[in-house]
Amino acid sequence: MDQGVKRIMLAGVGGQGILLASRILTSGLLKAGFDVKSSEVHGMAQRGGSVVTQLSYGKKVYSPISGAGAVDLLVTLEKLEALRYVHFLKKNGSLLMNAKEIPSLPVLIGAAEYPADIEERLSSYPISLYTIDADREAEKLGNLKVMNVVLLGAMVKLAGLSELVDWPSVVAESVKPAYREINLKAFTAGQNLV
Amino acid sequence: MEKVILSGNEAIAQGAFQAGVGLGIGYPGTPSTEIIEVLEKKKGPECAWSINEKVALEQAYGACVTGLRSLVTMKHVGVNVAADPLFTFAYMGVNGGLVIVTADDPGMHSSQNEQDNRWYALHAKVPMLEPSDSQECIDFTALAFELSERYDVPVFLRMVTRVCHSRSVVEIDPEQKYVRQVRDYERNVPKFVTLPAHARARRVILEENLNKLTKDQAAKGINRMEITDRDIGIITSGAAYNYVKEAFGDRYSVLKLGLVYPIDQEIVYEFARQVKKIYVVEELDPYLEFNIRALGVECEGKKYICPFYELNPQIVAASLSKAGLEPLEELDPAAEEPAANVPVRPPILCAGCPHRSFFYLAKREKVTVVGDIGCYTLGAAPPLDGIDVSACMGGGYAIALGLTLNPPEGKKIFGVVGDSTFYHSGITGAIDSIFNKRHFVPVVLDNRITAMTGHQPNPGSGQTLSGEETFMQEPRRIFKAVGYDRVMEVNAYDLQKLRDAIREAKETEERVAIVIKSPCRLLKGVEKGTVPEIDKEACQQCKACLRLGCPAISLGSEGYPVIDSLGCAGCGVCKQVCKHDAIKEKEQEVEK
Repeated sequence: MDQGVKRIMLAGVGGQGILLASRILTSGLLKAGFDVKSSEVHGMAQRGGSVVTQLSYGKKVYSPISGAGAVDLLVTLEKLEALRYVHFLKKNGSLLMNAKEIPSLPVLIGAAEYPADIEERLSSYPISLYTIDADREAEKLGNLKVMNVVLLGAMVKLAGLSELVDWPSVVAESVKPAYREINLKAFTAGQNLV
Repeated sequence: MEKVILSGNEAIAQGAFQAGVGLGIGYPGTPSTEIIEVLEKKKGPECAWSINEKVALEQAYGACVTGLRSLVTMKHVGVNVAADPLFTFAYMGVNGGLVIVTADDPGMHSSQNEQDNRWYALHAKVPMLEPSDSQECIDFTALAFELSERYDVPVFLRMVTRVCHSRSVVEIDPEQKYVRQVRDYERNVPKFVTLPAHARARRVILEENLNKLTKDQAAKGINRMEITDRDIGIITSGAAYNYVKEAFGDRYSVLKLGLVYPIDQEIVYEFARQVKKIYVVEELDPYLEFNIRALGVECEGKKYICPFYELNPQIVAASLSKAGLEPLEELDPAAEEPAANVPVRPPILCAGCPHRSFFYLAKREKVTVVGDIGCYTLGAAPPLDGIDVSACMGGGYAIALGLTLNPPEGKKIFGVVGDSTFYHSGITGAIDSIFNKRHFVPVVLDNRITAMTGHQPNPGSGQTLSGEETFMQEPRRIFKAVGYDRVMEVNAYDLQKLRDAIREAKETEERVAIVIKSPCRLLKGVEKGTVPEIDKEACQQCKACLRLGCPAISLGSEGYPVIDSLGCAGCGVCKQVCKHDAIKEKEQEVEK
């Protein structure tokens, strides 16, 4: 699998804007001259459940998905999802985690507890952990929904892709004109967080 | 030409558009749904959502008889619904090309089973093409129409979730104009009327056509040998090809079959001559393996490759490592196992979902509920726990009919379907109930839309796929027409009236049906209600509101429930389940 293929996995909760982040990243990687494949989940899995998209890029990419232990960069929009998918990372892979906690149904109804020690547990893995508060940044910008683009800015930087393409124009092309400015600010904010 | 990124589904629509398709039709079903939606937006082809897969296929066939190219789409289980005409259409052949997309769901991301529909090709004698990525989706769609017309037979395109919903680079001409392809129609009774005598003749013609098709140069062209090693060769197709190539690169020879039915014997024999040992890598059933063995070619496949769930490059690498093959990359994972004690995050009914109240009450009124396929299947999950049996589209009524013969604990049986499912195949069970005098209570959760697959209009929506206004069906009128004495229409958010309706239906000897009405909360124009809050002084911490399983209500740290004002839809159901009057409206309304 060493064909220079890099693999990114995004995980979060249905409704957090994971598809848009993944699609902007995919467009940018294409513009940067990479072959790229991504995989999304639709349907039943979206109804507030755990949502994953995967993305691979390189000179020539065959598979849009990868299995446990093969991912270079895991980005989670929520903390519990980081714990759920951390085993997808390679040894020495990077985990970019949004510090947001969203209780799942068993937690909501008191049938399970939201783990209090997620950071601690994650730090025991042989990975680089980056925790940011993308929701707070988005809130500062005045629209919680751009949290996904804050994370996008951070992940682009962590993946070493910042210089490869004019990301602000990629972001601008991917969102409605009325939301361009705030999304560009969100992207920059994310870049400055890591 | 321009390089763009398309999903497999978008690429099928693009290919059909380029092929000048006259009709695109289907029934929504993950992972197939976007094909028809995207094709409709391209303007040119006629596009529609049909009431079910059988009706969709039959319409597509009718259009193809007149000379139009027709594309019909469905998820894998939809082919079961459409199977009756499918087998006979193969005998009858086509006029305009007829292409059927079956979108399989290995791993059951959004399905009740993971049946491998490649067998349908073999069984129905319908040629099948299996693309691996979006570019092949475009190319194979165009080829499928050509082969269909050239060899007078419908053609399958077999997709899987990871091809439908994966995005990859394609080349398209953004200036491409739509040119509808139409052939002349000639009346041809021996071909289009399947009297037994005609069918017997067509049976032979079908066999001849299939034989000719395997010799077609274009069809052969999508089967590809990549000879890089003389010892080991891997035969594969579709999504599995991607996993093989990523796992092993060019280390071993590969035979990639684009045409998985009928299988081109010549290329399989040639591959067997080129390599010493053959492995077959395929997702789900040993379909290729059986067929290759039947040709007398030795191979191994399912001995190493798991016959269920999805594959990925790492699974393929690990599986064939056991046979001595060497993957390009040695896996060095951050952890051997998933983290332990991670609370699950299952999909749930949305905050304010109109389906919630019925399941909440059904459990408390102790009725036996047969459910169906849709968002509302989630009514089975705790804490709602409101469904006893659920299997397939339409089964919500017809399985309920069967339960009435020996009702568990003597309880009244309720059959529950959504509106789209009601029109799809629910109605037949309701009519059978009247016919055979087996009384269950048919319930329609009527939210006016096909919600689970992303809001496709159905006969009760009042508009077509293109947004044109059309007759709006009413389940109430249909129940009355087929012989129900009384139809109780209830607002989904009026808990008392709904409870009364369930109780009445439980006791009465009359033939009654219940229609629970309220539009899906995610529909445009559906207003958010007033968000309530918990009055801690009145709250007795009984947790009744938590048993609604609403994602906007959680148990706070002090033991009191908390309502998330952003997530709450203001449906008011929690206020009605609170016996202590502790859930109260706030003064100000919260913005949507």
